[in-house]
Amino acid sequence: MKARITVTLKSGVLDPQGKAIEGALSGLGFSGAHHVRQGKIIEMKLDETDETAARAKVEEMCKKLLANPVMENYAIELSA
Amino acid sequence: MKTSVIVFPASNCDRDAAVALEQATGKAPDMVWHGDSDLPQTDLIVLPGGFSYGDYLRSGAMAARSPIMRAVIEKAQAGTPVIGICNGFQILTEAGLLPGALMRNAGLDFVCRTVTLRVENNQSMFSSAFEKGQAVNFPVAHHDGNFYADKETLDRLEAEGRVVFRYIDNPNGSARDIAGIVNDAGNVLGMMPHPERVISPLLGGVDGAAFFKGLVEAVS
Repeated sequence: MKARITVTLKSGVLDPQGKAIEGALSGLGFSGAHHVRQGKIIEMKLDETDETAARAKVEEMCKKLLANPVMENYAIELSA
Repeated sequence: MKTSVIVFPASNCDRDAAVALEQATGKAPDMVWHGDSDLPQTDLIVLPGGFSYGDYLRSGAMAARSPIMRAVIEKAQAGTPVIGICNGFQILTEAGLLPGALMRNAGLDFVCRTVTLRVENNQSMFSSAFEKGQAVNFPVAHHDGNFYADKETLDRLEAEGRVVFRYIDNPNGSARDIAGIVNDAGNVLGMMPHPERVISPLLGGVDGAAFFKGLVEAVS
């Protein structure tokens, strides 16, 4: 299976990079874009074929390494 | 007194830390590679500054999971003093030995200059050389030094006197101007500024020499 993990900063955590992007967008004339937040996407292929087991495994990866629970949330998408 | 410096790939303050420790103890530290799984007998461990593993994923994230860190965590939990400076502080938070996280500087700039800190608590083994409220000058050089923790954690750190150093002029957006904190047992210190870079007048300052001398006296 394939997994796609989206890691984002928790709401309320200052995101200076998102703010800089927002400023640059506004400088380019894109008005009306607010609350820009930057995150990261991690993709991987898994040997696991059972979706429940795959999700459990990726959850554990997120908790142990891929996301820092102090400041980040994560979302997992699985596909065949 | 025996000391150890942990060397990660892309540590770059490990040798400065070694010189500072040798000056304070009279004995060169053991330089311990991140891939080792055992520590030599040691009375003090330093996690040096740098850009371990190229800051991949998050600053300190990969280093915190390297083989030697299992031994460092074990020693820290058994009471051995541990200091993490700059990248070392990031590694300590990622390893769960200190609360909070070090995020991108609020101004986005890499900040490289000398900053003045206020010693908030001189009862710690890491600050006994200083007076409470004393101003000390240490250089900072970091991109991810913006200390973040939730309000409850910050309140607890303050109430328990675990904020050891605070910026007088906050260079990175750190919550409550925090520059250095200790764990609840008081034997693990993380700080963004670099005491090991100011250990001689030739280097522009001696507050770091006092820092290490005081620490060695407190530990031995």
